[in-house]
Amino acid sequence: MTLVTTSKDLDALTMVVVAEFDAGIEQVWQLWADPRKLERWWGPPEWPATFTRHDLVTGGESRYHMTGPDGEQPGGYWQIAEVQEPTRFVVRDGFTDEAGNPAPGDPVTMEVMLDEKPGGTRMTLTSTFASAEQLDEMVKMGMEEGLAGAIEQIDGVLAEAA
Amino acid sequence: MGNNTYGETTQSPLTYNQMVVDVIAEAQVDRVFHALADRTRRDIVVRSMQAPRSVTELSRAYSMSFAAVQKHVAVLEQAGLVTKERSGRTQLVRGNPETVRRAAALLEQYEALWLERAGRMRDILTTDNRKEQP
Repeated sequence: MTLVTTSKDLDALTMVVVAEFDAGIEQVWQLWADPRKLERWWGPPEWPATFTRHDLVTGGESRYHMTGPDGEQPGGYWQIAEVQEPTRFVVRDGFTDEAGNPAPGDPVTMEVMLDEKPGGTRMTLTSTFASAEQLDEMVKMGMEEGLAGAIEQIDGVLAEAA
Repeated sequence: MGNNTYGETTQSPLTYNQMVVDVIAEAQVDRVFHALADRTRRDIVVRSMQAPRSVTELSRAYSMSFAAVQKHVAVLEQAGLVTKERSGRTQLVRGNPETVRRAAALLEQYEALWLERAGRMRDILTTDNRKEQP
């Protein structure tokens, strides 16, 4: 029985996914560590992922691209910050430019934790966006300074267009 | 959850199809949050939502060079947080509050992306287990 739950914290801009798999911890770890396995699930079937580099060790790096239906190939990188095989790792997942170098912009931090439980493995993945507090601040600040009015205005325009 | 409609009918790359949505959503979330990470840029968004501002006007407000403000504006423009329009000889910067709201919707897209990924992980584990235990 697989159970997947997610929760988001809009203020902190974090998202947590908890999935329970009927498989041993080592098998679940391999879904992340083995690039050929990772490729089978990272991209949707229509946007398969190809990992041209993947080294799930502390300080390691990965490079990947996805191939779209029209042949477009958006690329990404992982910087692997911490690894405690087979229970935990932290990577920063960002986008690459045409030359395959990290593009400007903060990467998303993903922390993956695996726990053995009776009959399976629980995976807890926490994604944190770089400027969560700032977005929160931005929204609050904007509300005080008239953003609320602007949003209503936009809502009106959109309602007319619909 | 997931499948949000944004209520917009044109210009959004997010409407092509679900798969494009997943890929674009990740890129867009990243851009928006990066753009908002800087205090000056947040202030530019707020000011330019109240009224369109020229880059000259903004650079005076922050005691910054025209070029420095233009750089900030370019980051905001890429993230869709502001638009630029020409008014005679000046370029006016106009804030786009819709993008701030969209950030919340994008977080939901991101969640949907991970639900799909977890589903595929489960399928692989199931298939591989069957192979190992014929």
